[in-house]
Amino acid sequence: MEFESVIGLEVHAQLLTETKAFCSCTTKFGSAPNSNTCPICLGMPGSLPVLNKRALEFTVLMAIACNCEINEISRFARKNYYYPDLPKNYQISQYELPVAEHGWVDVDTSTGFKRIGITRIHMEEDAGKLIHDDRKPVSYVDLNRTGVPLIEIVSEPDMRSPEDAAAYLKSLHSILVYLGICDGNMEEGSFRCDANVSIRPKGQTYLGTKTELKNMNSFKNVQKGLQHEIERHENTLLGGGNLIQETRLFDPASGTTISMRSKEQAHDYRYFPDPDLLPLRVDLELIERMRKSLPELACQKKERFVRDFGIPEYDAGVLTAERSLAEYFEKAVEIFPNPKSVSNWMMTEFMRFLKASGTAIVSAPVQPSDLAGLLSMMERGAISGKIGKVVFEEMWKTGKDSNQIVEERGLVQVSDVTEITDMIRKILLDNPGEVTRYLNGKTQLIAFFVGQTMKATRGRANPQIVNEILTDELEKLRN
Amino acid sequence: MKITLEQVDYVSALGRLALSPDEKTKFMGQLDDILKYMDTLESVSTDNVEPMAGPVELFTPLREDLVRPSLSVDQALANAPSSDGSSFVVPKIIE
Repeated sequence: MEFESVIGLEVHAQLLTETKAFCSCTTKFGSAPNSNTCPICLGMPGSLPVLNKRALEFTVLMAIACNCEINEISRFARKNYYYPDLPKNYQISQYELPVAEHGWVDVDTSTGFKRIGITRIHMEEDAGKLIHDDRKPVSYVDLNRTGVPLIEIVSEPDMRSPEDAAAYLKSLHSILVYLGICDGNMEEGSFRCDANVSIRPKGQTYLGTKTELKNMNSFKNVQKGLQHEIERHENTLLGGGNLIQETRLFDPASGTTISMRSKEQAHDYRYFPDPDLLPLRVDLELIERMRKSLPELACQKKERFVRDFGIPEYDAGVLTAERSLAEYFEKAVEIFPNPKSVSNWMMTEFMRFLKASGTAIVSAPVQPSDLAGLLSMMERGAISGKIGKVVFEEMWKTGKDSNQIVEERGLVQVSDVTEITDMIRKILLDNPGEVTRYLNGKTQLIAFFVGQTMKATRGRANPQIVNEILTDELEKLRN
Repeated sequence: MKITLEQVDYVSALGRLALSPDEKTKFMGQLDDILKYMDTLESVSTDNVEPMAGPVELFTPLREDLVRPSLSVDQALANAPSSDGSSFVVPKIIE
């Protein structure tokens, strides 16, 4: 029997505000434990939460970018559960009436564009951090993160494969980072994802028993976790077994999923409207202000790059995948207005070194002006493309600019015709056998002579000139 | 009775409350009264009536995103039953 999988994702994104969602404590990461707390985020009796305006603006921005309907009136609710990372014993969230609903994003998958529905986007607050003692039977609670604003973006079960899910996740990530409202760091947890997955025989429309999958902190792990879970469902059903609805954790070490004990899943959150917070009103003025401030997003940028710069769609896709990469490209093109050449170098050398070093684009040792400098040296014919690669590597390692490296290492291209002619004449004299065979019709030996010339100049000879002179000199020997 | 003893157990477990058998019976009666009162309210027609958050038409105020000083760590931990001077200390949470 052939199955198809049905996947929906719940994404939590930490908003890049200065202060927490409901109090004026800083959201700064890495402070001493419990130094960013106050009576409100500590859940002291009598304290009252007041919503952060910027957190609302960011939520509205995301809602617009995801084509959502924004509810003029929404409500905050209490999600009740007891856990030491949650001092109030409830999380302020939204339940019946979220800020935004009924949106969609178009996702670029291997089989073309696919529209994924967004069920809702709502605001909530983050919980604290627990550190478990290795030796003593205690845990340490740090409440600095408590109350940091989050948005939860819930998708429709519109994805049919782990690849779809990864593509959707990447596109949400790109939108959030382009909007500048989330830093998108998955490892540090500022962008987190839970998945609901079930399978059904292909062609059916009912929904099978679903698993909620947690703990996938990279795009790769989301794909791996879902793949494993889908296989587990298939094997269970084909083996005549029954699936149970449960929450499972992805274990990155084994690439498998582990059931959370049912006790830990016994969540009955008893949501009710938070009496401390009045209904939230999003007025039209705010929505319009946000709409006007919406920056160009990845898909629009991609179209523009193809249209205005004439680069291939694939290149444009890679270059706009991250906002910082796209900005790098545009800066380099501004200085060296040959987009195709800039794109080629970014897609090959730049990306290769960037990946290998794990450096962030903004702090790459070769900045847009440096790359533009190197490219214009090549265009002028001062160095060949081959030497260009050597220079690029040196630039990356030392942070020096291309002029300096070319000068220091004597890499300037030899384009002097007399100098090259002398060199070639000597090479022809030194290799009489090859010359005879060439003249007898083995013309592919030209490559051998080019190679010898390049060797003699340590790769610095202008290849085009070498070719021309070689052909000339060899023809002269015919008579 | 609209509520069973099992439901009282369930709700008290969610609320992390340890109730004695006497208390369970007592609260079962009280919870039952509350649910009966809800039934009375339910009999009122509320079609076309918007839920009301308060007696006056008010919406939640917004605060500018400006950092203000937090408590000192000592102050933050002052009421903690147990701390190590920088963190709250709780019985180990089994993951």
